Amino acid sequence: MLNVSRQTWLEILAEAWGSYPNEACGVLVARPEIDSPIVRFEPIVNAADSSRVFTLDPMGYMKAERRADDEGLAIVGVVHSHTHTAAYPSPTDVDEATKPLVPPTWHWAIVSLAWGFPELRSFRVTPGTGDTMTAAGIVEERVWLS
Amino acid sequence: MSSTTALVRLPTVLRPQAGGNTTVNAEGETVGEVLSTLVSTYPGLGPTILDDDGDVRKFVNLYVNDEDIRFLDQLDTTVADGDEVAILPAVAGG
Ligand SMILES: [Zn+2]
Repeated sequence: MLNVSRQTWLEILAEAWGSYPNEACGVLVARPEIDSPIVRFEPIVNAADSSRVFTLDPMGYMKAERRADDEGLAIVGVVHSHTHTAAYPSPTDVDEATKPLVPPTWHWAIVSLAWGFPELRSFRVTPGTGDTMTAAGIVEERVWLS
Repeated sequence: MSSTTALVRLPTVLRPQAGGNTTVNAEGETVGEVLSTLVSTYPGLGPTILDDDGDVRKFVNLYVNDEDIRFLDQLDTTVADGDEVAILPAVAGG
């Protein structure tokens, strides 16, 4: 479950529209226990500067992680926007989410702006058995607005 | 024998292979030496960070005090006592 406050959802939305037509991205910070409520969303510059792909600016990521560590919190997920497609992990997302340094416990929250009305969905993406591109590795989780 | 000690910041997924630590001290005059020390102490970290040729894997970012080593001298980048060497995931998607 992804438990986010309405305030955090508004901040995610503001970042998504603010970056449009490019993809927006950022990280979710919470206590490290699984399903902990999200403490904050930290927008991070999309170093790819693109409407089709995103790369978390490494320096921005480093600062966010250092801040979280110092507070006894952790980065527990990544958020990005899809400007042309549904709020569902793309093959690129699945490929990147299953890289060895990306925790398999991360929330992959996606905001779609493709149809004018924003939609937020969240997933856990784990390496599938064999072919990581199969849907077997994508599990949708409930988004709970608190 | 080196007397320069860097503070290495580990990404979340590698911490269990380093005694659960967020940061660990490792000696070395360059980033490459610091990584060698780190890997000799915690062998489980090696294959994730470096490939078979000893090069940094593409999905790994290495920073020395807020500077990407790709824009410095790569693994030959020198470190001073107390410098922070951060090992970070390259996070991307589409
Ligand atoms: Zn995506």
